Amino acid sequence: MSSHQDITPLLEQMVRNLQSLLKERNITDPLMVGIHTGGVWVAEVLHKALSISEPLGSLNITFYRDDFTRIGMHPQVQPSMLPFAIEDRHIILVDDVLHTGRTIRAALNEIFDYGRPASVILAALIERNGKELPICADVVGEVLNLSQDQHVKLSGPEPLTAIIQGGA
Amino acid sequence: MKNQHVQLDKEGRLRHFITTEGLSRNLLTEILDTAENFSTVGNQQVKKVPLLRGKTIINLFFEPSTRTRTTFELAASRLSADVLNIDVNTSSASKGETLLDMLRNLEAMHSDMFVVRHNQSGAAQFIAEHVAPHISVINAGDGSHAHPTQAMLDMFTIRKHKPDFSALRVAIVGDIMHSRVARSEIHALNILGVPEIRAIGPQTLIPPDAEHLGVHVHHSLESGLKDVDVILMLRLQRERMRGALLPSESEYFARFGLTVEKLALAQTDAIVMHPGPINRGVEIESAVADGPQSVILEQVSNGIAVRMAVMSMVLGRSPQSEESR
Repeated sequence: MSSHQDITPLLEQMVRNLQSLLKERNITDPLMVGIHTGGVWVAEVLHKALSISEPLGSLNITFYRDDFTRIGMHPQVQPSMLPFAIEDRHIILVDDVLHTGRTIRAALNEIFDYGRPASVILAALIERNGKELPICADVVGEVLNLSQDQHVKLSGPEPLTAIIQGGA
Repeated sequence: MKNQHVQLDKEGRLRHFITTEGLSRNLLTEILDTAENFSTVGNQQVKKVPLLRGKTIINLFFEPSTRTRTTFELAASRLSADVLNIDVNTSSASKGETLLDMLRNLEAMHSDMFVVRHNQSGAAQFIAEHVAPHISVINAGDGSHAHPTQAMLDMFTIRKHKPDFSALRVAIVGDIMHSRVARSEIHALNILGVPEIRAIGPQTLIPPDAEHLGVHVHHSLESGLKDVDVILMLRLQRERMRGALLPSESEYFARFGLTVEKLALAQTDAIVMHPGPINRGVEIESAVADGPQSVILEQVSNGIAVRMAVMSMVLGRSPQSEESR
């Protein structure tokens, strides 16, 4: 079983929530970083909608995963690109699906290897149940309650759709 | 092929890295792509990724080398592995310990990888055949047989400048007979689909079976360099003079030394490479080595990324498919 979902309204929701969060925290010039691959697709949309002046950064967290010795190398993705200094900057970290929290743990470790940001905001298109680490998103497009054998993934970049698979 | 059995696991993944010979284009491309990912680590404030944290890598050098050992050491450090350098000339070999006894002792220290440099061809393969199953061996140069990581960093550097291997003319210049670098490069270039590889050097320094390796032999630098895109210079080892294979350094330079005038015979955007250390005024003049077409120092930086790639591919195979030897 699989179902596709149009994510345009979720992205619009995220943009509104990010705008009010940035305003609330008095952040005027944030940087944005997407996590490969789905997170970058989502970030491209948000980056444009929020008119962020600096280019979009991207993270490939392969080398920071905690399951490297179990699953080995996955070299197909692009290298990390942070085309700016992150020292003392406010960063919006974007991923497509927040599930166990392990990807975000790896991404935070990688970001801190580039410098010390002033703050990090986590924005996820979809937050699903199954958390294994104490990591929450600040901005979420949609919260999904899925059974263990169900998976949600993003397909893209054009058109961007969310697909829920399994759990027949 | 015997090499294949040793360096690949049952699923065709790299278990040891002994030679480029006989590997698939996919595997070589995977090494280059993985290295591409690692090439940004050097730009980080913390030049390290935690990939091989807790692994122990032993640099086992039976032959002195500064650059290769240093870049292997840096590559391992940037992957967060613990590195031990063993210089065997000054170690127990002189106390009469056999090689196999030495390997058993190093294995007993719970090491995960040996990076081996040896002056005898076949040494790395021999060690790979005799280590405990959980240990991987990377050949950092054995006799005149192979130097696979040098060849791969050269391929990586070529691809950075000339992305399409199938459109290239590549010249290798110098002592091809005794060069493990040349041998590994020729195999890698052929596997990656380079249509024309030229071997340029005096008759005494070109192996008699060179054509079988898939190269065109030239005994004149002028004819060999015409229209090439990439020039791979080799280091002239001075002991070859004593072996009467060459008359003198100055005569060698006059015939095979790369000068600005001779470089002009190649394509205008040709790149010049050299594995180092260079003998200025013997195989290459300073104006070329330090000139705008030289990518010699890029090769050094790329060597770190390529060695990180090979180390992590070899140690990052998932254990459930580990063969039981």
